[in-house]
Amino acid sequence: MSSPIQYTFEPTHHTDSEPTKYQPEDLRSEEMLVNLGPQHPSTHGVLRLEIITDGEIVRDVVPHMGYLHRCFEKHAEALPYNQTLPFVDRMDYLAAMNSEWAYVLGVEQMLGLTGTLDKRVEYIRVLMAELNRLASHFVAIGTYAVDIGAVTPFLWMMRDREHILRLLEWVSGARMLYNYFWVGGLFYDLPVGFEERCQEFSTYLRPKLKELESLLLVNKIFIQRTAKVGTLPLDVAINYGITGPVLRASGLRYDLRRVDGYSVYPAIDFDIPIGEGQMGELGDCWDRTYVRVRECWESLRIIDQCLTMLLGDHKRTREFDPRAQVPKKIRPKAQDLYARAENPKGELGFYFRADGKSDIPFRCKARACSFVNLSILPELSRGVLISDLIAIVGSLDLVLGEVDR
Amino acid sequence: MACHFSFLGGSLSFSGMNAPLEPQTIVQKLEEVLKPEAPLELIEQNTPVGIIIPAHQLGTTMEFLYQDAELYFDQLACITALDLDKPSAFEVVYHLNSIPFGHQVAIHVPLEMGTEELMPEVDSVAHIWKTANWHEREAFDLVGIRFNNHPDLRRILLPQDWEGYPLRKDYQEQEYYHGIKVAY
Repeated sequence: MSSPIQYTFEPTHHTDSEPTKYQPEDLRSEEMLVNLGPQHPSTHGVLRLEIITDGEIVRDVVPHMGYLHRCFEKHAEALPYNQTLPFVDRMDYLAAMNSEWAYVLGVEQMLGLTGTLDKRVEYIRVLMAELNRLASHFVAIGTYAVDIGAVTPFLWMMRDREHILRLLEWVSGARMLYNYFWVGGLFYDLPVGFEERCQEFSTYLRPKLKELESLLLVNKIFIQRTAKVGTLPLDVAINYGITGPVLRASGLRYDLRRVDGYSVYPAIDFDIPIGEGQMGELGDCWDRTYVRVRECWESLRIIDQCLTMLLGDHKRTREFDPRAQVPKKIRPKAQDLYARAENPKGELGFYFRADGKSDIPFRCKARACSFVNLSILPELSRGVLISDLIAIVGSLDLVLGEVDR
Repeated sequence: MACHFSFLGGSLSFSGMNAPLEPQTIVQKLEEVLKPEAPLELIEQNTPVGIIIPAHQLGTTMEFLYQDAELYFDQLACITALDLDKPSAFEVVYHLNSIPFGHQVAIHVPLEMGTEELMPEVDSVAHIWKTANWHEREAFDLVGIRFNNHPDLRRILLPQDWEGYPLRKDYQEQEYYHGIKVAY
């Protein structure tokens, strides 16, 4: 008869499993060790920050993570390529379409399918990715506003995100974890009437984004909380491997959608917004939010162009089969491949090693953008106030599911 | 530190601005610096193309790749550690990317585990690219590679008192962790 108690408690378990980096004897007499998280709402998930404070001033920050570790890489080594896709969804659960796309790009490149897909498939993929990018940025902007103390933008952003989630649910059957992109195609064609509904949404969203800009970006309190806070110089950002809006906010016009030009992005007209230091310094927290809001406008432009194509040159036909090129058996030749794609949070990369003899990758490694972007946090937050630390964590737009994988 | 951030205004587009170097050119430049006994091996079927570097020359190689004005690998995209499923054979792969030039390369470093120590060892590159700090901690945590001269080599994703390195091919999970059954 086994005991119903599955956990034997020892007082040393805490210190054995996740000891603090700083010990009491390392601290000076005026310094104090404070734990922020793992359940603190402003850490956007289960991130534990070990903070050394001197009064209100942060001397050092040591992030502890792994509370959401689900062994993605171990699972990927045990499953065929197509069956790993649902696990990819669960890494960055706010932008599952984009994560799926990065993975699918890699596998298709190994199979030599890149560039051979039906143009309608490609345009649907771009449409889905940009819708999901909007939803992800909405969460980033909304929750960031809540961290700073503004509740209204959060409610507005969640309201508009709900429209996107319902559109995506209509397409794939799931609100957040879609499994919609398949290797070599899509799960299904768009539902009838989706393009028109999507156009309505695009018309609806434009004035809402204008409202957001006037409510949040030029708000005096918001500017005072974010301008000149957490300034990230460009050379430091590159050295730390920072990508995505955080890198662009530091002033570098670098977007993998343009640099690599994957899928049909070269045929689409859009700009890459960068930080300009309008309210304070180049690369501060305000710039990062500004870049995200500008990217929402660019995503809308991309969505409009996709809808024009999906209703015009590549419109719905009876013959169109989104699974036409889905391979029955995925067995790439022996090779290593590093595939990358621009996610809402930065460069998501997948490294595969295929041995050419099995349907299962020998090794699959995910280069998670949130993981790398989090590593800048100690550098950014030495010497700032504790309230500014919250502003810095929020501006990095972390998803702990992707940090821990 | 190498610096040529004259494009800091960000008004330039990088695609096609500078022609990326061919992999053969990168290998030639590396051979001039490293002066290896045998020519460096190029793995052509990989994307991006891989170059095999012996572990004792890793530091020299990486510093050269970072500082040379024509190579200018300013971004370390990813570090992957692999257990090759052969007795005591490991590998670390570094994916480098040059933002201004657009060329990419993968540096493969084969490692061996000696008979006595428990971990293969390689030099850290965290003093060149700060991003290597956490990538190397992850490789240490999950595959069990020791990075010499690393500033802060602790486990990063797993608990500090976890036993074993899960991404090794011969990994056996422990039966109990703090009284919780591990295998389900």
